[in-house]
Amino acid sequence: MSTLKKLVTTAAVSISLVIGISAAVQAQSLGTPVDESQLKNFDLIAQADGSGYPDGGGTAIQGKAIFERRCVACHGMNGEGTSANTRLVGGDMQSEERPIRTVGSYWPHASTLFDYVQRAMPADAPKSLSSSEVYQVIAYVLNMNGIIEDSLLLNKESLMQVEMPNKDGFIDSSQAL
Amino acid sequence: MSKQELDKVAANGLINRRHLLGLGLAGMGTVASTSLLGADAGLNLEIPGWSKQPGANASGYGSRSRFTDDMQRMAGNPNPLYPGGGASRSPLHQLHGSITPNSLHFERHHAGIPDIDPAQHKLVIHGLVRQPLVFSYEDLLRYPMVSKIYFLECSGNSGSLFGPNAADGSAQSLHGLVSGAEWTGIPLSTLLDEAGVDPDARWINAVGADAASMGRSIPLNRAMDDVMLALFQNGEPVRPGQGYPMRLFVPGCEGNISVKWLTQIKLTKEPTHFRDETSKYTDTRLDRKSLQFTFPMGTKSVITAPSGQMKLERQGIYQVTGIAWSGRGSIRRVEVSADGGRTWADAMIDSHQSEKALARFRIPWEWSGGDAVLQSRATDSQGNVQPTRTSLVNEKGNISTYHFHGIQSWAVNTAGDIANVYA
Repeated sequence: MSTLKKLVTTAAVSISLVIGISAAVQAQSLGTPVDESQLKNFDLIAQADGSGYPDGGGTAIQGKAIFERRCVACHGMNGEGTSANTRLVGGDMQSEERPIRTVGSYWPHASTLFDYVQRAMPADAPKSLSSSEVYQVIAYVLNMNGIIEDSLLLNKESLMQVEMPNKDGFIDSSQAL
Repeated sequence: MSKQELDKVAANGLINRRHLLGLGLAGMGTVASTSLLGADAGLNLEIPGWSKQPGANASGYGSRSRFTDDMQRMAGNPNPLYPGGGASRSPLHQLHGSITPNSLHFERHHAGIPDIDPAQHKLVIHGLVRQPLVFSYEDLLRYPMVSKIYFLECSGNSGSLFGPNAADGSAQSLHGLVSGAEWTGIPLSTLLDEAGVDPDARWINAVGADAASMGRSIPLNRAMDDVMLALFQNGEPVRPGQGYPMRLFVPGCEGNISVKWLTQIKLTKEPTHFRDETSKYTDTRLDRKSLQFTFPMGTKSVITAPSGQMKLERQGIYQVTGIAWSGRGSIRRVEVSADGGRTWADAMIDSHQSEKALARFRIPWEWSGGDAVLQSRATDSQGNVQPTRTSLVNEKGNISTYHFHGIQSWAVNTAGDIANVYA
């Protein structure tokens, strides 16, 4: 038993003794049950196995128009960015002395691009794009990086197949002490 | 005490820490030494004006002295292309002790501070659980809570020290993305247990209710350990800039994973690989592989005074003071050097230090008017010793600039000017 759990147990027992509500405090269940179906407009998490990818889709050709309307102020006409942080295109992790790290050169998973654009972009109006618009605009970003063809219909099936150039470039350190 | 009795414990003026209390120092600009005994003939004490009339009434909400209004966080200018994004840095050079006032605790936001009505806020726990649950703020206030003192440090704190040239900066501008507070909340394991963790679950995915819906993935074993759903900071409800009405708090780890405005915890088999754990907050090594989920912050210390951009006006005794912390334990020792790391002396720290909390250190130092390079070096309860900047940069490279915890140097020149240097 961890120290924290001991503390909580001790706290629960002492509260129980003091205010006489038996074991109810420690075992209290105050959360309200919900179904996953009630979370479909709430849960935006999209993972590489395709979980969380919505219906809809489109091509880079469609995405270019959205990009030029909604994204270029920060990301530039060709994804060159207005700063290192907003650059989307180019870079090479191996050849450059200080590698330019972009969606194309650095990001290991295409799912991250969907997940992030859907939850956080465009920065001035997050969550204002439809699911199809998200597919289309990320198709354009992937296409500018030479990762997919501009005619590919990007949807929940095809997005799962997209392989990023730096997919093997990361080491999971989550269990490092 | 005469100057001759000072017990020099390292080169260039460092004095035994045990003299600290006896000297009765008050900090910057206070000259002790020989002048302690000599009365100033020009000094005639009178009853001041504020002792001759009633003062202000008690108030509903306290405010600081108008004479301390210059204590401010340092916030960057708003960037129209990054609305709400940015950070504000704690004025480390003006703070003492090891608890940061809530109004001066550092902040980092990715899409601004949402204005959340707690009556409308929900916390959902779902995914690989027996029963998905939704909690209201009122529900959560009824759970048994714990209070713990912890530091919080942004992964990017001190990042400019990876750069090739030493930046002209202050303790605040270089290191101000660290603060310390008492956090009160519910052990996350209590809530996860209530939902019933599925044996296949390996990660929690925590998402905030800000405009970026900022998310981070955290291994379940860590989430079940000392992670807290924090509702109070230094006794009051967590402030909006810190995640009101609730935030995750992951002790000892890079601040970004202590997701603010927490609204969703989804248990999954795999991490989500959110943007802020792939594109950002990852550490590219010299071999071009990048470390992902690098959570614990390193063993580190910073001298907060005297520090960069201050000026020593007079020769004499100063209190060298600062903060030390470790994401892997408590602080056991802090040493200070006044000669750029050639000789070291132990600074005073309180004998008992909390795990993953700021430790305040102090040591008296006599500035003789010559050149000096002040450094501090922390050791934690696991035996981790703060590395030199050179060894850290040699090991990690500087493609990424997260997790800097090397020894930093403040150079004092003969004019008393203090600057960040690489020494």
